Amino acid sequence: MTDCAVAHMNERDKRGRYLSDMTANDGFVTFDRVQKSYDGENLVVKDLNLSIGKGEFLTMLGPSGSGKTTCLMMLAGFESATHGEIKLDGVSINNIPPHKRGIGMVFQNYALFPHMTVAENLAFPLEVRKMGKDEREAKVKRALDMVQMGAFGGRRPAQLSGGQQQRIALARALVFDAELVLMDEPLGALDKQLREHMQFEIKHLHEQLGITVVYVTHDQGEALTMSDRVAVFNDGRIQQLAPPEDLYERPENSFVAQFIGENNTLGGRIEKIEGDVAEVRLHSGELISAFPVNVTQPGEETTISIRPERVEIDHTRLPADAHLIDAEVLEWIYMGDIFRTRLRVAGNDQFVIKSRNSGDQRKLKPGEKIKIGWAPMDARALDAS
Amino acid sequence: MSSTDMDTGPVLAADGTPLKKSLARALRRQKMRALMLIAPLLLFILITFLIPIGQMLLRSVDNEIVSATIPRTVQALEDWEFVEGGAPPGEAVFEQLYEDMLIATEQKIHTRLGSRLNYEMSGMSSLFRKTNERRLGRFDLEEPLAPQFADIDEDWLDPEVWFTIQSNSDTVTAGYFLAAVDLQRTPDGIESVPDFSAIYVKLFVRTIILSVTITFTCLILGYPIAWLLSNLPAKSANLLLILVLLPFWTSLLVRTSAWKVLLQQQGVINDILVWIGLVADDNRLALINNATGTVIAMTHILLPFMILPLYSVMKTIPPSYVRAAKSLGATDWTAFWRVYFPQSVPGIGAGAILVFILAIGYYITPELVGGTDGTFISNRIYYHISSSLNWGLAAALATILLALVMVLYWIYDRMVGIDNVKLG
Repeated sequence: MTDCAVAHMNERDKRGRYLSDMTANDGFVTFDRVQKSYDGENLVVKDLNLSIGKGEFLTMLGPSGSGKTTCLMMLAGFESATHGEIKLDGVSINNIPPHKRGIGMVFQNYALFPHMTVAENLAFPLEVRKMGKDEREAKVKRALDMVQMGAFGGRRPAQLSGGQQQRIALARALVFDAELVLMDEPLGALDKQLREHMQFEIKHLHEQLGITVVYVTHDQGEALTMSDRVAVFNDGRIQQLAPPEDLYERPENSFVAQFIGENNTLGGRIEKIEGDVAEVRLHSGELISAFPVNVTQPGEETTISIRPERVEIDHTRLPADAHLIDAEVLEWIYMGDIFRTRLRVAGNDQFVIKSRNSGDQRKLKPGEKIKIGWAPMDARALDAS
Repeated sequence: MSSTDMDTGPVLAADGTPLKKSLARALRRQKMRALMLIAPLLLFILITFLIPIGQMLLRSVDNEIVSATIPRTVQALEDWEFVEGGAPPGEAVFEQLYEDMLIATEQKIHTRLGSRLNYEMSGMSSLFRKTNERRLGRFDLEEPLAPQFADIDEDWLDPEVWFTIQSNSDTVTAGYFLAAVDLQRTPDGIESVPDFSAIYVKLFVRTIILSVTITFTCLILGYPIAWLLSNLPAKSANLLLILVLLPFWTSLLVRTSAWKVLLQQQGVINDILVWIGLVADDNRLALINNATGTVIAMTHILLPFMILPLYSVMKTIPPSYVRAAKSLGATDWTAFWRVYFPQSVPGIGAGAILVFILAIGYYITPELVGGTDGTFISNRIYYHISSSLNWGLAAALATILLALVMVLYWIYDRMVGIDNVKLG
């Protein structure tokens, strides 16, 4: 580990404290009722309120056109907010030009300056800050070592592979000791294996340096892997802001449930709600129990959401109060680590279950009639969308 | 490839022939087909363009006319040597001259030789014109011929006349090239022509200076437009591009004439300046019939050639570079100068070389708005082609211009690198 990283280790403790006693009012970065419109007719960002703690890794996740990149660009200063206020460390930055914000940024295609060498690229932010030559060189070297690219200072960006360019872009955003680093889909251009590797590297750098990271991606796997919290964007609004685990396990609406991970849906109507249990009459006639999330009234239309890996075909592993339901096997796919089975359940023939390749798993055949079940807590009754 | 292949020399194809040969054979058909596609244009260019131009340029050294018109005289002159204030050649040379001139006057080609030699020494044209069939017919062949020639014109006894004939009797001559750089051959060696008639070097220098000026004004005016074009949304950019291209759809002559209307002393621009009060009515600006007029009109005409390559290069520069620079703390100016500008250099290179090369050979516009001190070397070439009919000198001037462009191109390649030039 480099000196730089060690020096920042102390901040990691601080970061923990910041996270624990963070409230909406003392965030490092806050969006306060921010709106953005490009054409004066449609709002791309509708009433955004978000507070990001110091040292936090926050991911903005959403489909394209959901407003997440616009939010990032407003924070970086390349777009202005139509309404509302953006604060950095308690100071409104609405009228501060990008170059005075001191925010590091990693761009989608890295935006490494092609006419400069790697070292010149890294020295650029230090040069414009009028830093002396010796100090500059020391910092560039430290930043290159930090991303294990120490030997590449003399190369041009075009002579580097995608992953190497990515590291340089990262080092450049960090070299001037920015406390806040924005990343706009930085791993989008890499192949899957390299992407996963870089995810961990970025994550480790974040932990070592104690910086605050705002990360934009449309890849939910990336968001879940790296983030402290994830803000799921859709239609210009944050649909849910939660740690990855909550987001996956406890989606608050059907958009989030659909967007994060694979998901089976069954349409139905609420019969009655009693505490943590809602009785739901599916459109196909079966009665099942589910956990009510954002449904309140009997008679309301609802969408039941169940994760494929929470569906069991082995009834002995189910709790006593679990419902069983008829299913017909349509397709069975061997995927190596898991088996993926497509079933017809209550009229839905896109119902998928995933089972671990554990050796004793039964191989299901198409046409086979089975009974499946799940714990009531795993069936989440959400708004009908 | 196994390591044994490496040891045994050239790589072999499956059938044992060397791989290079078999690759060449495989590609030959493709190459032939490609060649057939360009063959019509290639032939057209070769026959109608390259060969005639090559022949035209050869005229800059061609000098067969002297030795073809008076071959015997030229031969007889070989032994004669010019001495300042010395004697003209002997009787033998005049005898040969008489023979040659009889034939030449009969064929009526003696005046052509006269005008050719007149380029080298004034007075030669009238000398040969006077020595016509009628006068030669009255010669008494019993008497010495030299005095009889002197009767036609005293100049026949002038050693300098004979020096001129002698020094131009080779079939190739450097005379046109010397004249093209304001030099002349005198009995004392190569000397500059008198100042009052030295114009070509001055014209070459002026052509280059004005072309460079025009290139710079095009760059300064074109760069912001190209930047705007590449950053506007597609719809407005297209409209603007049409406005940029609009001049292309108007005749060159019409545009140049329009400038005459605008720029003259009683013209629109001067009227407006006087009306605003920037310029006194009795002190109107001379904007036309001088170098200023040439620069203004040609900048306007050549501007699209600067804008288009710049635009096509700027379109490929992603906005994220400037954003990245700003996020790294660079001011707008630093971001432009350190990051955007270096990446637009290939466009500047292409635009500059295009405009410069077009400008250096331009002729119509300087002719119409250039007056006396705004004309280019090409105007002089035109004059020698169509008015003075001194094609040899025109060819020499054109050859020098061509060589000059090539040298500048070479320097440019050395400094900027031609790979750095992007036209699209």
